[in-house]
Amino acid sequence: MAAYKPVVVQACPKLGERITQDTLYWRGYKTPVQIKEFGAINKIDFSPSPPYNYAVTASSRIHIYGRYSQEPIKTFSRFRDAAYCATYRDDGRLLAAGSEDGSICLFDVSGKAPLRQFEGHTKPVHLVGFLSDKYRIFSGCDDYSSNLWDIPTATEIISYSEHTDYVRCGCASKVNADVFITGSYDHTVKLFDARTKSSVMTIEHGHPVESVLLFPSGGLLVSAGGRYVKVWDVLKGGQLLVSLKNHHKTVTCLCLNSSGQRLLSGSLDRHVKIYSTTSYKVVHSFNYATSILSLALSPEDETIVVGMTNGVLNVKHRKPEEKSENPQKKRQPAYRTYVKGRTYMPKQEDFCVSKPVKRVLRKYDKLLRSFQSSKALDAVLEPPIMLHTPEVTVAVMQELHRRGTLRSALAGRDEKQVNLLLTFVARRVIEPRFTPVLVTVADMITDIYQPVVGQSAIVDKQFLKLQEAIGKEIDYQEELLEVLGMMDTLFATFTKKKDTCLEENRSNGVTEIIETNTNY
Amino acid sequence: MVSPGALRVVRCGGSALCGARAVYLLCASGDFVKVYSVSTEETLRLMGGHADLVTGIQLNPHNHMQLYSSSLDGTIKLWDFMDGIPIKTFTVGSKLLALYTLPSAEDSVFVVIPKKGERDTFQLVSVKLTKGAGQDLEGRELSVVLDGVGASVKHIAFGREGAYVVSVKDVNLKVYFFKRKLLNRFSLSTVKTKGGDNRFSCVVCHPTEDCIATGHADGKIRLWRNFHHRKEYTYSTLHWHHDIVMDLAFSVEGTRLLSGGVESVLVQWHNESSCQKDFLPRLGSPIEYISMSSDGALCCTLHTDNRITIINSNLRFSRSIQGLIKSRDVKTGLVVDPRTKALVLNGEPGHLQFYSLQSDQQLFSLDIVQRQYIHQADLKQSDLVKVAFSAQGTWLATVEESEEVTDPELQLKLWFYNEEAQSFELNTRINTPHDNHITDMCFRDMDELGDDSLILVTTGRDCVFKVWVMVGDTDPEAQQSVSWSCDFVGSYHNYQATNCCFSEDGSLLAVSFEETVTVWDSLTWDLKCTFCHPPGNIRKICFGRLTCSKYLIGATDYGFLCCWNLLTCALEWSAHLNVVVLQPDPLSEHIAAVSWLSKESSLFVFKPNEPRPIYIQRNLCKEKILLAAFVPRDEPEMISSEKCLWLRKSQLFFLTDTQELMTLSTKSLEERLTPSSKQLAVEESLPVTPFSLLLGKHRRQQAQEDIDLGKPVVHHKQEQASPAVKELLHTPAHVLPSASFLCTIFINSLLISKENKSAEEVADEVEMESEKAEDGSDEEDVPAMEQEDTSHMELLGEMTCKLSKSQEKELRKIRKMDYSWISAF
Repeated sequence: MAAYKPVVVQACPKLGERITQDTLYWRGYKTPVQIKEFGAINKIDFSPSPPYNYAVTASSRIHIYGRYSQEPIKTFSRFRDAAYCATYRDDGRLLAAGSEDGSICLFDVSGKAPLRQFEGHTKPVHLVGFLSDKYRIFSGCDDYSSNLWDIPTATEIISYSEHTDYVRCGCASKVNADVFITGSYDHTVKLFDARTKSSVMTIEHGHPVESVLLFPSGGLLVSAGGRYVKVWDVLKGGQLLVSLKNHHKTVTCLCLNSSGQRLLSGSLDRHVKIYSTTSYKVVHSFNYATSILSLALSPEDETIVVGMTNGVLNVKHRKPEEKSENPQKKRQPAYRTYVKGRTYMPKQEDFCVSKPVKRVLRKYDKLLRSFQSSKALDAVLEPPIMLHTPEVTVAVMQELHRRGTLRSALAGRDEKQVNLLLTFVARRVIEPRFTPVLVTVADMITDIYQPVVGQSAIVDKQFLKLQEAIGKEIDYQEELLEVLGMMDTLFATFTKKKDTCLEENRSNGVTEIIETNTNY
Repeated sequence: MVSPGALRVVRCGGSALCGARAVYLLCASGDFVKVYSVSTEETLRLMGGHADLVTGIQLNPHNHMQLYSSSLDGTIKLWDFMDGIPIKTFTVGSKLLALYTLPSAEDSVFVVIPKKGERDTFQLVSVKLTKGAGQDLEGRELSVVLDGVGASVKHIAFGREGAYVVSVKDVNLKVYFFKRKLLNRFSLSTVKTKGGDNRFSCVVCHPTEDCIATGHADGKIRLWRNFHHRKEYTYSTLHWHHDIVMDLAFSVEGTRLLSGGVESVLVQWHNESSCQKDFLPRLGSPIEYISMSSDGALCCTLHTDNRITIINSNLRFSRSIQGLIKSRDVKTGLVVDPRTKALVLNGEPGHLQFYSLQSDQQLFSLDIVQRQYIHQADLKQSDLVKVAFSAQGTWLATVEESEEVTDPELQLKLWFYNEEAQSFELNTRINTPHDNHITDMCFRDMDELGDDSLILVTTGRDCVFKVWVMVGDTDPEAQQSVSWSCDFVGSYHNYQATNCCFSEDGSLLAVSFEETVTVWDSLTWDLKCTFCHPPGNIRKICFGRLTCSKYLIGATDYGFLCCWNLLTCALEWSAHLNVVVLQPDPLSEHIAAVSWLSKESSLFVFKPNEPRPIYIQRNLCKEKILLAAFVPRDEPEMISSEKCLWLRKSQLFFLTDTQELMTLSTKSLEERLTPSSKQLAVEESLPVTPFSLLLGKHRRQQAQEDIDLGKPVVHHKQEQASPAVKELLHTPAHVLPSASFLCTIFINSLLISKENKSAEEVADEVEMESEKAEDGSDEEDVPAMEQEDTSHMELLGEMTCKLSKSQEKELRKIRKMDYSWISAF
């Protein structure tokens, strides 16, 4: 004897992107704040020390923004021409920036005038950075050279001229105070050691290098150029680990999140992609209005700041964690009540009788089991079920239709109930997964309530709504068919060549094949 | 040829052994009477002897160990059902349609026979059973009791203590009083009120009171009283059933009335008049007969799907005995489950039944549709239409569709066999895989390759065939799982796709589109070549196997069987044959074709490489054969005749349009029946004792270990051990040595022996055997015992070797002692 089988509710898999932990995490940002700068934003750098201000380099100015301020709290504007690559020192107290005229300025964050000025480059300096011992600065210039400067004396320590094109990006190792990396438009990334006279390692990226990044451990190097992001193992002598091609325009900036588990890349194709650093798969992506030039993430991933080519600075703050802890916690029954009688271990000679498992049936199932069709339909037309789980309502309607009692269940309802029913049908009939069932339901409702049309204004309005919804859907379908037809003609032109060779096979029957065989 | 017929009449029998408790269930099934054990559901006896359908069985009212059975062949047989022995046969001469016995009628039984000279008229007659010696007796002394009765068993009932007999037919009720020789007729109005149909469907009499209960076609039950008077009779009505009441039964005391019908709900009415009633719902299929056991402890219902349900007196489901379910239409075809070798076909609505051919038992029923089945006429139910297994039996694909003609609701489901749960679990459900009915489905079965080579192909009437493949979940952080999705959609000139078939190595797929067979490369899904044999659509296709794998066989509905060579792309041969079934044997290159020509089916077995069939059986049966399946044998059978060699590896089963399952057998009927009954005897003689339970447990454990170790050596020993222990148990106690001595040996034998005997031990054994040869002369009086003992030695291995010589001598001394004096007690 079989037990009652509950109604099967068709679970529809969610189309589109899958909800993962990452999507939830990266979606947890508020709507962005947009700030207009004077020119294209070429560098954003967060101060490593609280309160985590960030320096934005755009045109001939460097703006310092506070965490939540939409106005700059400080501005450095002592540049004759464009400023580049304003970078904080590790302690957050000094700021260095290159400029169009080839000089490098060093600012105190609290002061206004530059503390030092490093002269020596003859062309615009696009790259400035501090080595991790805090007393030296490295720079990269459009005159193909990269220099090392001493801060206290403001003198050049060494100059490397190994690149054969503009040096546009670089970074210093956090582990070793003497090591820094530069990336150039000559498609190479070079690793320099301040103790030697020449570069230690050269990595061929294959495209003009726009951005480089070292992992905190110093073992892995990420370079971006062209449409590629490439990860190299430095300790293995610059072996390519993985090459990522997820953008369709040049990748301009790279950044790691605070935990080092995710890698972010921004590109001219207006996307920021987030990769897992274990699998190097894209786990999430952001979409922006214009091409992205620079990108920075604050400590603890509190803020994502993105700079665009049109000078718009896009700032996203993380939503505060929801406090779900209820201070007045309800007193739970004691632990004893739960384990009562459960800790008893049956002895060997005991005969165990298991308690029959009680099956819990939903309300509509109980009603369907006792063949109360109309009440079962009422049960699923209650607002919580109807609004949040329409698939349950539709499944019960389908079951009633299968039993042949749908018509009697729909009949004999008052104005309010008919209104409810029609609202539901009009709203859901266009959803493809519900359409086959709800079309029948709509048919039956119109059949049953045809004689009373015109007696109630509310019901009449709902009927009109239903008609409108269906009419619109028909129009959409027609348009889609047109598009499909167009696409078919396009595809037909592509596959023409293959078709002819197939046609040859198709046309010959048994005897003809033999003929072709003998011909060869 | 066997035809497991439908179960029809069933009576519970109370056994004399346990007094009041019902132990045996007797059931008329086809030409046989079956005896089931109520407690284990097993078939204990199969009593054959009637030449035609058994129509009625009744316990002998004077001897509860005996049973009367009547058959269409015109004989009544008296059986001893405990031993399955026919005692007497009475030949009546005309067809017997029903059988009744009465305790008050000493030497006569009542049967329903057709009236001579008139068609469709039946009469109830009493047959005097002569008390002659000998087995075959004549029972020609007939006296007519009632004329114009219904042909069914349910239309006649005998009243309290046999005082009257009630017969119903259409809207008339007749009561005949034996003592007064009075016939009372009552009739209901023929006017059909509210579409109701008040014809009688069944009748029963109250066991202690003068009360008749009748069931009607409109679902009403009427209780008639005071029917001694022609005018002043009364009746009350009970109404719950919405359709015809199929059967009624009173409990032994008469306090309860049970009724059943197409709703498959057993209704229990209390106190008759009041409306108090209990239900036992969802019994699975319409109830055909209800029967109470003589002690009233059990009740059993017989269902239309060939099943007996045993129900406790407090209306609790107890157990069920399930044979092969006969559904109206076997849409799935006959499929063989590669795992269990069971035949798989439509079972109860929405279910798939796994039917074991060896034990004639349903193994299990898999719920595919997973919806509540509503037993109601003209309701569009969705049902299973196609089934396919992968080669290893790990995947099962099913297609279900509702019966609607225009817009069929299709679902393709893929099930994965879960080793832990030992059952199929739903993996993927695909809604509307095709826009129209699915016509065929097959897996690419490749044994040697992994699971990822598994491909499913479905063909539909929407003019396409679709290829489904397994895809793994690509998300690295999600748990590993697979699902199925569509990989390729192919079509050919907008013709309806009708059949599909993979070649043996899986490299080619043949799909038939109406008149044309297309062959596709299964790697690139390119069309390779086409074949056709106009006129006529392709009805069946299949590839040759093994040495004939270069051939493709096709049958057209214009009456041609064609064989194409795939290497030359040419027609090899064709034959004029109206093939309805084309079935390749999976284990050999033979192909069976069943043709249907003017009311007879013929079987042709051939190899594709030669057009001459190797076996022809004309006039296989009168019915049209719809389906066939080759079921692999467990071990190749020894077949002497040259002609039947093709049956060596597998057996061929047919299903006819009357839903009868048949097979071809090389042995005669007696030969086939004997082994099973013998086996039963052995099993029976082993009593259930704590000792046997212990033994069974031990055996199971050892078997488990065998599996764990996976070593053939151990397995071999195990096979040796079991008969030896059995023999020890079967040897009469008075010839065995004392129990205290045997105990240690026996306990030791239960221990797990070491797998490898050391060379030393083997040598020891040889020495012992030579010693035995010396002593052989004075031990010849007990040769059987000796034999058993040596086998024991071999199996016990090291244990016996450790017995010292002195112990050995002692043992022999004990054996020589005469224990025959024990038998005197």
